[in-house]
Order: sequence, then structure tokens, then C-alpha cells
Amino acid sequence: MIMTLRALLGATALCATAGIAAAQDNVTLTIATVNNGDMIRMQGLTSEFTAANPGITVEWVTLEENILRQNVTTDIANQGGQYDIMTIGTYEVPIWAKQGWLVPLDFGADYAVDDLIPAVRDALSVDGKLYAAPFYAESAMVMYRTDLAQAAGVTIPDSPTWTDIMTAAKAMTDKSREQYGICLRGKPGWGENMAFLTAMANSYGARWFDTDWKPQFDSAEWKATLTDYLAMMNEYGPPGASSNGFNENLALFQQGRCGIWIDATVAASFVTDPEDSTVADKVGFAQFPNKDGVDNHGNWLWAWSLAIPASSDAPDAAKTFIAWATSKGYTELVASKEGWRAAPPGTRTSLYENADYRKEAPFAEMTLTAINSANTQKASVQDIPYTGGQFVAIPEFQGIGTAVGQQFSAALAGQMSADDALAGAQGTTLREMTRAGYVK
Amino acid sequence: MARATSRNARIGWTVAAWLVALLIFFPILYTIVTSLKTEQEAIAGFDLIPSFTLESYATVQSQNNYWRPFTNSVILSVGSTLLALIVAIPAAWAMAFSPTKRTRDILMWMLSTKMMPAVAVLVPIYLIFLRTGLMDTRIGLTILLMLINLPIVVWMLYTYFREIPGEILEAARMDGATLRDEILYVLTPMAIPGIASTLLLNIILAWNEAFWTIQLTTTNAAPLSAFIASFSSPQGLFWAKLSAASVMAIAPILVLGWFSQKQLVRGLTFGAVK
Repeated sequence: MIMTLRALLGATALCATAGIAAAQDNVTLTIATVNNGDMIRMQGLTSEFTAANPGITVEWVTLEENILRQNVTTDIANQGGQYDIMTIGTYEVPIWAKQGWLVPLDFGADYAVDDLIPAVRDALSVDGKLYAAPFYAESAMVMYRTDLAQAAGVTIPDSPTWTDIMTAAKAMTDKSREQYGICLRGKPGWGENMAFLTAMANSYGARWFDTDWKPQFDSAEWKATLTDYLAMMNEYGPPGASSNGFNENLALFQQGRCGIWIDATVAASFVTDPEDSTVADKVGFAQFPNKDGVDNHGNWLWAWSLAIPASSDAPDAAKTFIAWATSKGYTELVASKEGWRAAPPGTRTSLYENADYRKEAPFAEMTLTAINSANTQKASVQDIPYTGGQFVAIPEFQGIGTAVGQQFSAALAGQMSADDALAGAQGTTLREMTRAGYVK
Repeated sequence: MARATSRNARIGWTVAAWLVALLIFFPILYTIVTSLKTEQEAIAGFDLIPSFTLESYATVQSQNNYWRPFTNSVILSVGSTLLALIVAIPAAWAMAFSPTKRTRDILMWMLSTKMMPAVAVLVPIYLIFLRTGLMDTRIGLTILLMLINLPIVVWMLYTYFREIPGEILEAARMDGATLRDEILYVLTPMAIPGIASTLLLNIILAWNEAFWTIQLTTTNAAPLSAFIASFSSPQGLFWAKLSAASVMAIAPILVLGWFSQKQLVRGLTFGAVK
């Protein structure tokens, strides 16, 4: 009965949102997106939207993340107009908004824009204007095996330091049983190992650039970051870790091979899903670690968000769709169809105030804590000239981040020392930043 | 004794050939095996015995309608190949039977265009497609795929035509054949194996093209290459589903290759041994 009532309320909210588009006639929206579970679920619910908006047809273009990024960048930079809505992240939004490539989003009062989690809203806004609406958002946190920790006689506090993590990883490692104390990203890429290592460096007090945009890989903080990362992975990590990204570590953790996995909060719903995970009822959560004495938990923040390119010829219909897909009503619609666990996480405060959601999602509180503690406006404890948490929000970062990621991945694979990798990263970054005109 | 040695050598070569063939075919085999596993089995490690579930195929079909990209793939690959043959047969005839001192240079120049990375000309071609309204159209992509593969088609046909004695064409001319008759009724029938293998190879190349077909399409003209690309997930397990999508995408071209392998091999080795 309660579920039915909620579904009706959700449907009413959706109808109210949809009312904006009543005047739209025969518009086809082309939406570019990635193949993540929440996006696929949204595609499956599209008929609910089109039923409420009979003049709007929705065409989905689902692509691999890097291809999507390449396609939408080409389209938007050339004003191609192929897409009416693009799925982009917190990296693209500020850069593209400053270029005038995105339509600012002004929603009506029924959208409850103030319900968006402030850190996420800030990351998607430029000069106070929202340029993309978050579909789901994530920070990073520690996921660990409570049974292994107990058996090893270690406890991981809610807010651990890296020393706590290293101690626990050591205690939980038993390589003879293919049980590895810690699994971290090693696959090279600005959105792969460098997302993790940038957050880890933030928590060590490091920074990518000083206020004159000079790279800082020759600093003591970066050296400590990389040295500890390599030590942990070499001593307690799985073999072949330099090829492991999010999905590979997810597979390892679900199979019970990892004691600790530090990664995006969205992984929590996967590792606690009894249908897919063999350790679903043995997972504990903690905040992203910090180094002793450094008040910084990595500042990782990412939100897969829906934005309208300036070249779209149907911005009003696009806005109607975005208002529907990122509304409180949509969350309730998902919950009524597939349960609260399936609700897209990390975007709205009201979701975390919902007792049903908190009951079904044991990771809810830690996810909210992680997102709320992420400061993308000042990711390092030192002075910095850039924004962004686990990335630097400048157009050049994709190339530089991947090049540096290759150096660090090579160090993890044993092809070079930490010092050589840092020297290589410093040289590459300095060269590219000088070429791009940041360093005079 | 000599016969025994020869027999042993033959067995050795046969075994070696089978091993090499298996090695080459193994990635395809493993893709098929993975497509018949659950996602959990797919990530569990190397195992050649699947649970023979078809759930990934069902998921793939329910997520994306297979038939639209399949139709696009057929139209684009066959269309671009036929168009390329129409242009390339006269060009190869001219180069093979009426060469000038620049013929070799032209052939090399044509081939050199294949050496350029596609991404280097992405922006100009993207803008041409945008301004001429060819974006996400089958006709635009058919023309582009024809142009991309034209150098290979001309080169292959030129090589085959060179094997045909010029005297036969001269004899046809002396019998009063026009240029059209000469190409249609004398040259083409003699070069059928070469043309057939060129046709098949070009269809395969066009079918598998995965840069332009993804860059220049969204929904209307997107072929199976774009279909596959939609099943990779940055956050979630997808190997079984991706394998199922790949099998569905390569199955038609594998079947075509299987049934036409005799023609293909005959054409590809045409003139190789004199």
C-alpha cells in the first residue's frame, strides 16, 4: 500500500515536471550516454517519460566512455548538433561551460534544486549557474572485508589514516590463499590510476601545481604518496595490478580476493549485492584515508550528469527530459519498480533522509559523508591555482594525466623506480604546461 | 624410408598448421565461450567450459535492437564495395593495359593515403559531413567507406588484371569489341576470381570499420561497430554481454567468409605462383 502510494506520488511529481513540455510537439531527443547500470535503467524507464510527454521521442546513443568523450567533444567543439543531451562528468562541465558550449539549466521550483547535495551542485556550476544536472554522483571510500579484519585482529576506524590501512592490509594478506590485503587501481589513464593517485596525493598534502602552474612531482609529498602506494601494492596487492582498473578490482573484491578496496562509492552497491557478490554481507565501509596530520580525505567527486549542448535545436524538450530524469520523482519511480537499492545515489539530500533507502543501502551514510567532505574548489591543503578533486579541471589534463599515469603504472609493473617515474612525470608535465602557455 | 620420412614430415606440418590455425582462431573461440557464460563466470578466470546460458544474448537484444545496426552494416559494406568496384575496375584497367610513366607514382600515392592515421583528418571530414547534411546518413558513410577502401581495391584489381595477357584484349579489339565490350565481356569474366576476392575482402573491411562509423553516426546509420561499442561499461561488469554483442556482430561476416573461403583463397593466391 505504502509502495503504491509512493508510486502515485512519484507519478504525480513526474506529471508536474512533464507539464512544462506539454507544448512540445514531435521533437526527437538524441541522448548520448555510457553503459552504466543506472543509465541502462533510465533507458528502460524512458517509456514513462514519453507517455507523459507524447510529443517527445527519445533516441539513445550508448557508447564506451572514451568513445563517448571523443564523440561529444568533437560534436560540441564543432557545434555539430548531433546530440540534444550529453552524459558528461564533473571534469567536462566547468571547462565546457566556460567555453559557452552548454546551456545553463534553470528549473522551476518543483525541481527542488536546493535538494541537490551542495558539493555536487557546486561542481556542476560556474559563476553560480547550474550547467548540468547530476544523474548519479560518487566520491571515494574504503570498502573492506569485516570477516577478514576480524580474523586478522585488526579494526579499521570510520576515518582511517594511511597507517591504519597499511597495517590492516598487511594483516589481511595471505598470498598462499590468493587473498590480497589491498586492491587499488593500477591501469594507466587520467580517469583510472590517476584518479586514485591524485586523490591519494591530496590526502598526503601534495598538489599537482603550485600557484605559478609549476608541476610538483619533485615534492616530498608526491614522493611519499608514490612510495607508499608502490609498497602497499607490491607487498599486499594482487599480481598484475598495473592492469587493474575499477572493473577488474570490482571482480576481485566480489570474488573475495581483496581485503581492502579503496575506490568510487558507487561500487558499494555492487559489492553488497548478493546476486553478484560472494562477500555481500561481509563488507564494511570507512572514509577515504588521510595521512597522519593532514586534514584531507582525497576530495574525490564525480557526477555523471546530463547537460544540453548549445548546438541542440530542442533545448526546451531536453530540459524537460533532464528535469524528469534527475528529479526526486524519478528516484521514487525507480524505487517503486526495483526497490530503493536501485535508486541513483549521491545527488539529492532527500534520498539520504529517506529511512527506506538507508535501511536497504548500508553504505548510504558513508557515501553521503564522503561526498559532503569532498571540496573540489580546493583539493589540496596547499595553495593551488586549479579546481577539481581527483583531476585538475583544465583541458590539458586528459593528455597530461594519462602520460603521468603511464609512468606510475610502469613503476608499479617494476619497469622503473618511483624516483624515475616521478622525474618522468615532472619532465612531461612541465613540458606540456610550458607548451600550453601556463608556465612562462 | 624416404616415403616414411615424407609421411612424418607431412603429419608434422599438418599438426603445426592446425596449431597455428587454432592459435589464430582462439580469440574468436574464447569470445563465443564467454558469451555463453554468466557475468560472474566471465570474470572468474580462464575456463573453456561455459554454463551455456543465453542470458547475455537476451540482455543485449533487449537493451539494443540488433536488426537496425545489422541492416545498416549490410547496406554500408555491400553498397560501398559495389560503388568501389564501379570506380576501380575502369581505373585498374587503364593502369594495367594503358600505363603511362606516372602510373606507378599514382598507385603509390593512392596507397600512401592509407598510411595516414584516420584521426588526422577527423575534423575536416566531420565538418564536410556536417555542412553537407551527410552526418548520420547511410549515403554519406557509404561514400566515405568506398573512398577509404578504394586504394586497396584498385591495387588488388590492378594486380589481377596484370596477369591477364594483353593479347587477348587486342584480339577482342580486332574482332570489333568496343571498350565497354572489352571490359564487360572479355576482361571481367577472366578476372572473376580476382574481382570476387576483392569484393569479399572489401566487404569484410567495410563491415569491420570502427572509427568513422562510430564518429559520424548517432542513431540512423549506426552499424554493428557502434552496437558493440555500446556494451562496454566503465563501472560494471560487462564481459559476457560484450562478448555476446561481438558474436552477434561478427557472425554474419564469419558465415559469409566460411561459405566463400574457396573463392577468397583462389582470388588471393591468383598469380602468386607462376
